[in-house]
Amino acid sequence: MSTVTSFDNRPTSVEPKREGGPARWLKAHLGLLPTFAALLIFLAMIVYGEIAYGRILQASTVSNLLINNAHLVILAVGLTFVILTGGIDLSVGAVIAFSSVAGVLLTNAGWNPWFVIVLMVLIGSLFGLISGVLIQFFDVQPFIATLAMMFLARGLASMLSTTPERLADESPMRGLATQFKLVDGPRVNDLVITPGVIIAVVVVLVAVFLLHRTRFGRTVYAIGGSEQSSTLMGLPVVSTKLWVYVISGTLAGVAAVVYTARLGSAQNITGIGWELDAIAATVIGGTLLMGGAGFVLGSVVGALVLGLMNVLITRDGGIRPETTTIITGGILLVFVLLQRAVASRRRE
Amino acid sequence: MTAPVPPAPVPIVEMKSISISFPGVKALDGVDFRLFPGEVHTLMGENGAGKSTLIKALTGVYRIDDGEILVGGQSRRLTGTADAQDAGISTVYQEVNLCDNLTIGENVMLGHETRGRFGINWTATHRAAVDALEKLGLGHLNPRQPLSTLSLAVQQLVAISRAMVAKSTVLILDEPTSSLDANEVEGLFAVIRRLRDQGVAILFVSHFLDQVYAISDRMTVLRNGQYQGEYLTRELPRAALIATMIGKEVASLASLDSERAERDHLHTDEPILRAEGLGRKGSIDPTDLELHRGEVVGFAGLLGSGRTELARLLYGADKADEGQVYFRGKKVDISTPTRGLAHKIAFSSENRRDEGIVRDLSVRENLVLAVQAKRGWARPLSKRDKDAIVTKYLAELNVRPADPDRPIRNLSGGNQQKVLLGRWLATKPELLILDEPTRGIDVGAKAEIQEQVAALADDGVAVVFISSELEEVVRLSDRIVVLKDHRKIAEIINGPGVTADLIVNTIAEEGVPAGADAAWSTPADREVSE
Ligand SMILES: Nc1ncnc2c1ncn2[C@@H]1O[C@H](COP(=O)(O)OP(=O)(O)OP(=O)(O)O)[C@@H](O)[C@H]1O
Ligand SMILES: [Mg+2]
Repeated sequence: MSTVTSFDNRPTSVEPKREGGPARWLKAHLGLLPTFAALLIFLAMIVYGEIAYGRILQASTVSNLLINNAHLVILAVGLTFVILTGGIDLSVGAVIAFSSVAGVLLTNAGWNPWFVIVLMVLIGSLFGLISGVLIQFFDVQPFIATLAMMFLARGLASMLSTTPERLADESPMRGLATQFKLVDGPRVNDLVITPGVIIAVVVVLVAVFLLHRTRFGRTVYAIGGSEQSSTLMGLPVVSTKLWVYVISGTLAGVAAVVYTARLGSAQNITGIGWELDAIAATVIGGTLLMGGAGFVLGSVVGALVLGLMNVLITRDGGIRPETTTIITGGILLVFVLLQRAVASRRRE
Repeated sequence: MTAPVPPAPVPIVEMKSISISFPGVKALDGVDFRLFPGEVHTLMGENGAGKSTLIKALTGVYRIDDGEILVGGQSRRLTGTADAQDAGISTVYQEVNLCDNLTIGENVMLGHETRGRFGINWTATHRAAVDALEKLGLGHLNPRQPLSTLSLAVQQLVAISRAMVAKSTVLILDEPTSSLDANEVEGLFAVIRRLRDQGVAILFVSHFLDQVYAISDRMTVLRNGQYQGEYLTRELPRAALIATMIGKEVASLASLDSERAERDHLHTDEPILRAEGLGRKGSIDPTDLELHRGEVVGFAGLLGSGRTELARLLYGADKADEGQVYFRGKKVDISTPTRGLAHKIAFSSENRRDEGIVRDLSVRENLVLAVQAKRGWARPLSKRDKDAIVTKYLAELNVRPADPDRPIRNLSGGNQQKVLLGRWLATKPELLILDEPTRGIDVGAKAEIQEQVAALADDGVAVVFISSELEEVVRLSDRIVVLKDHRKIAEIINGPGVTADLIVNTIAEEGVPAGADAAWSTPADREVSE
């Protein structure tokens, strides 16, 4: 047995870690788990609703769910971008208030309604840009910067008006809430959508494309993973972080348009706490608050979970509406715990 | 018109009298540096000499206070990695900078994804990633696997692959080999040579003199932030290089050769720790192991052989799913690090950036962290005790600058490593597990650390020593556990004739029965005696 031989038969390079098929698949896709769970809960709620109250899985209920939650879906998409980078945007609810009050006042003052719609969206962009600049160039914590924007926007909205401002019924903006029958069901059971819903769908699709098919999107995820590494990898961290807040602000503007169109009026107290609903939707949908992991489609499911919960509570009649927030809190807690479990599995 | 004399080569990068100061430190003081196409240029210097700072000055991560940087003959001020990349400079910084929430392929290709009509074409992107990985012998990796499943050494290779993706004219590698073993280093060098022959200019940093002499054409030596000179490698013998780096003649480098330093160790009968069939699915097969007081046990093996995995089970950093651990003959449950620490087992992780230092705390806080944790937070260390620990280890490990109040992130990589080591030494453990403790540490300090470890063993501590540098394992260990493919394949009692080559061969041939040490002290070993 000669132990000292030439170096030629050195063993080959790095061995891969051995792991079985399903175990490996699970490990590789652990990040999907919370989103799957959200989907599961959503389906379970539908099944429960159908059994307990009936008339859930029907065209009109689905239509209403989409129409009534289009604005929340749009907001949740915006927050997904921000949260993926590890940031937060608390200003969106207040931005909606300011944008919609300003929009209605300007429309009623005779401005070109299409121009006003664009302006409403741009108001959102501007708030987002200011947050982004504060965070990126003045080193303000995202929480604080967007909190400041929240107070600012809410204050401006209240300066404009403190009473509900009605939008004239014939205003073109209301056209965004026109209901189109897609499928003419029996009696009132039609599948209906509005331009607002279409806008939400387009927003979601564009967001999915941006996040998964562009370098910008990949940078968003990378920043959430490690901002320092991303910088040293030569990724455009500064511009990406600015854009993320601009996107969130802009989508708040879009949500303002969609919501105002549906409601036909605007008020300075609109949207209080919506930023928290949107954050909840995002988290329920599987996006980690630490950033770096999550999916836009998950956030959509999250928003629909919240929407459906309201429907079920209304249907039940026995549950006091005030308990909605308690249930939301409960669901949120379950999901955050689930994420923790996943995160700790992942670290191993 | 004819040109009888071939034109002198034009440097692609030229840095002229560069100075950078950080509060309290002049990190670079009028340093000159030139990098030529088709050459490997090594930057040499002790820990804290300013090598990484010079690199970051070049790529614009740090702003220079004074001096001029020419790239391709033109004066340039780069503003960061992205800008440097545009100027044709790819950089792999000292600490592995990747995103472990993304997959391997995404990390390799971030910022260089292949784009088609519908945005990023992931199939093509992952194919390109595999191509890049293949060049460094990582072709078997699945690019869709999360990066977090890889060991630090493989991550280091992934980071290097990433730098290869952009076809650059300048490639900067700051300590790329610090956690690689001989095979990977050879593979990396083959790639470096090929790039060099294609005309790429390569800036290389390493504390391994063998590697430096094997790969580099030219060297620039720094000391305390000052330029010591530029030399052709073939014209600067090792002793002269070390003298230039350290600033004084070094009488003997005996402690640095690969023979084991002779050392008596107490042999007690009862092992301090005994593992029976200790294993964890997917990371290490059931293993028996005994560790005695006063003994240094080296874990040797190639990358991915399970060295780190076994060590993590012993400390409770990972949870074993089979087997038992006996501590002083009593069966114990070491399933979390806290339990490990309670049994006076200390573990210094190979991953100093993520599992080691606490970036924003001071050197002092980092040093006393483990001692404090062991005492429990209810009984804070007195200022005097803290100072005693801090003074002792800053001096013994030669941490520079020896300023305990500096945030540790501002220390050079090697000096961070020294602090980390000091943290565990200070816990006065009964069993100390050191995973790559000398990673990124310069030649002088390495010898000091080895002495420290030996002294600790003399005091009766059981030490597990893991290093990808086999010579170091051989030099220090009383017993060597050889691992391969997540399995213990041999246990060698160290003695005359045991060399790094022998271990390499054991791994290559596998199945050499353990304990047959007599057979191994044959004269067939060339390097038995100096
Ligand atoms: N960001 C910083 N802030 C303050 N001081 C720093 C900073 N970066 C480096 N230094 C100091 O500058 C000096 C040079 O550090 P540098 O990292 O360049 O050393 P190095 O030669 O790369 O050493 P090593 O071999 O340990 O990596 C050290 O004294 C270090 O403490
Ligand atoms: Mg360095």
